[in-house]
Amino acid sequence: MPNLHGITVPHKKKTAGTVPVSMGVPQTAYYPMHQNIGAPARPAVKAGDSVYVGTLIGEAGGFVSSPVYSGVSGKVKKIEESVQPGGAYSPTVVIEPDGLQTPDPSLEKPVVTDTESFIEAVKKSGVVGLGGAGFPTAVKLGVKDPSKIEEIIINGAECEPYITSDTRTMLDRADDMCEGIELIRKYLGCQKFIIGIEKNKPQCIKKMRETCGKLSGVTVEALPSLYPQGGEKVLIYNITKKVVGEGMLPIDVGVIVINCTTLAEIARYIRTGMPLTEKCVTVDGSCVKAPKNVIVPIGTPAREVFDFCGGFTQDPAKIVFGGPMMGISASDVESPVLKQTNALLALCEKESQVPPASNCIRCGRCTNTCPFGLAPVSIVTAYENGNMELLSSLKVNLCMECGCCSYVCPASRPLVQQNKLAKAALASWKKAKEENK
Amino acid sequence: MNKLKVSVSPHIRCGETTTGIMLDVIIAMIPAFAAAIYFFGVRALYITSICVLTCVLGELAFQLIAKREVTINDLSAVVTGMLLAFNLPVTIPEWQAIIGSLVAIVVVKQLFGGIGYNFANPAATARVMMLISFSGTLTHWTEPHNPDLLASATPLSMIKEGDHEALPSLFSMIIGDRAGSMGETCAVALIIGFVYLLLRRVVTWHTTVVYIVTVFAFSYLAMGFDLELAIYQIFAGGLLLGAIFMATDYATTPPTPLGKVIFGFGCGIITVAVRLWGSNPEGVSFAILFMNILTPYISRLTARRVVGAKKPEKKTA
Repeated sequence: MPNLHGITVPHKKKTAGTVPVSMGVPQTAYYPMHQNIGAPARPAVKAGDSVYVGTLIGEAGGFVSSPVYSGVSGKVKKIEESVQPGGAYSPTVVIEPDGLQTPDPSLEKPVVTDTESFIEAVKKSGVVGLGGAGFPTAVKLGVKDPSKIEEIIINGAECEPYITSDTRTMLDRADDMCEGIELIRKYLGCQKFIIGIEKNKPQCIKKMRETCGKLSGVTVEALPSLYPQGGEKVLIYNITKKVVGEGMLPIDVGVIVINCTTLAEIARYIRTGMPLTEKCVTVDGSCVKAPKNVIVPIGTPAREVFDFCGGFTQDPAKIVFGGPMMGISASDVESPVLKQTNALLALCEKESQVPPASNCIRCGRCTNTCPFGLAPVSIVTAYENGNMELLSSLKVNLCMECGCCSYVCPASRPLVQQNKLAKAALASWKKAKEENK
Repeated sequence: MNKLKVSVSPHIRCGETTTGIMLDVIIAMIPAFAAAIYFFGVRALYITSICVLTCVLGELAFQLIAKREVTINDLSAVVTGMLLAFNLPVTIPEWQAIIGSLVAIVVVKQLFGGIGYNFANPAATARVMMLISFSGTLTHWTEPHNPDLLASATPLSMIKEGDHEALPSLFSMIIGDRAGSMGETCAVALIIGFVYLLLRRVVTWHTTVVYIVTVFAFSYLAMGFDLELAIYQIFAGGLLLGAIFMATDYATTPPTPLGKVIFGFGCGIITVAVRLWGSNPEGVSFAILFMNILTPYISRLTARRVVGAKKPEKKTA
């Protein structure tokens, strides 16, 4: 069976060869409590409290949530409401670092003896989907019946342009990944692991084959460099040919997908007891003087990370958290690095111009490139006409917002952007319909 | 620092534009244009210029009068003008070329909402309109290189009347040294254009190849298994011009590969049916126009299946 459709994007992974360097302590650190899909964390400290590296500053705010830990040692200055890139407000813990980076003395290695304590440890690690989505990993791994897991796919596709932080994980942290695989094998009982990597990273494929690939039950799969290869459902289909249908989760077809950096972080936490407090971030874009991979304490303002990379060659017109295909553009260069931030891009005026939309010429490129075969043009028409029945039958709810349709559109129509609006409108319409029943 | 731009992802685009696509189509038509001037003289250049100018100015005038956004920069009107000219005999009177161009650009394209909204190919529709209104001049053929020498018939009418002896050699057919509409005769030039469009990924092979193969196969079956005549059917008339440049128009043909195959097959059947049993010697424009009308239905029936969609629940009465 053929793979799902996709698009060829420029790779621009020129930072792939740069070994990540630590940037040191920021002047101020900001910790928004919403750093995951699901409920935001609740602040666990108050102004004036002393904190260390790894001190819990936000407790998980529900089942689908994740705790937040301080990446610096110092004093809590205040807790404020702040706007997140993307527009949502979130309580934010502001910490003034003392520059000592003292680890929290109360931290202990977690005691992991069985499935339950393993999931508990993953929960405590503060790890979320580090490929960018930020879904709490403990919820993903904490399936009711682990025997249902037939295979675990380790996502090393890294299909977005620019980003190489996962590349670096695969090259530099193969030991952590091997450890993670063995932990999952031991506590979840899964015996089959597949590491999926796009072919544009031959060095990662080689490294993985020489390390993790030597473990029993682990295979390394070289995938075509076709965006969005790393999309969860796309990866599952292209590797296993299993379809995660409407209303289903990957586990319903016996699969769990875990990002390679997420896997490494779980292993590191269980080995050291230090939760997720720092992150490897790819700093790139035409306005960055010295693009590189940087290990950044979570909470560091983007500006300080850019400054560490030599500052800007020209004033950037757009700052993107994440990749250029699905990343979020920030309104403020002081917005902090979050757990799921894997790249910081500074794009120049020319790159950030959005050409005006013109008439659809019905070329069909959007439909033909959509991995799921959605028809963005029909979706937009149905949405504009408020035809919810039609929207429902066009399956806009399956749109993963990868943006291929907008990327290829010669008329520059905002297709995925309107798909997102249509998805939200359809969801609230369906909810209202349920309530009226 | 300047204010930062905030927008919804994706933050990059592939850079392909409508204008770029139209420019590619124009480039692909240049070999056939050159051949038209070579075989039918400077008047081919003159008539094509009239059609292009009328289309562009007609679109501009309509958009100004209707207070719509002026979109002549997208070059689609240039494509329409060139295509229509290619579909006309070089002897066409200027005023008829102008009327045909206005019908194509104003009636077929702009009145339906402009680029992307026309239900039928403007050039094909205008040609059919002209064939009905100006049947005399539209079938007034001259021999190549000699605008004053009236051709007795085109290869298609020779085949229709069973006058196989008079047919030009296959070589003349392929290089375009025969009577016919000015842009349709040179198969080599048209195929070069097609290869260019394929390489630039402006079109896919489906419609064109299926259309031509269908014409060949159906002619072969219907004409008593005469291989030579079936080959002549490929190079005669406006088949290559239509199959390469008009049956591949985005707005009026289905978007999916399967839809394109059905579209091409339908065009092929109708073309041969008109050629063999209709009152007109040529059926390419009729076939494309007819299939344009069926396109919404073909598109609906051949829409890509959504991966992972639940089957619709059967409504219980």
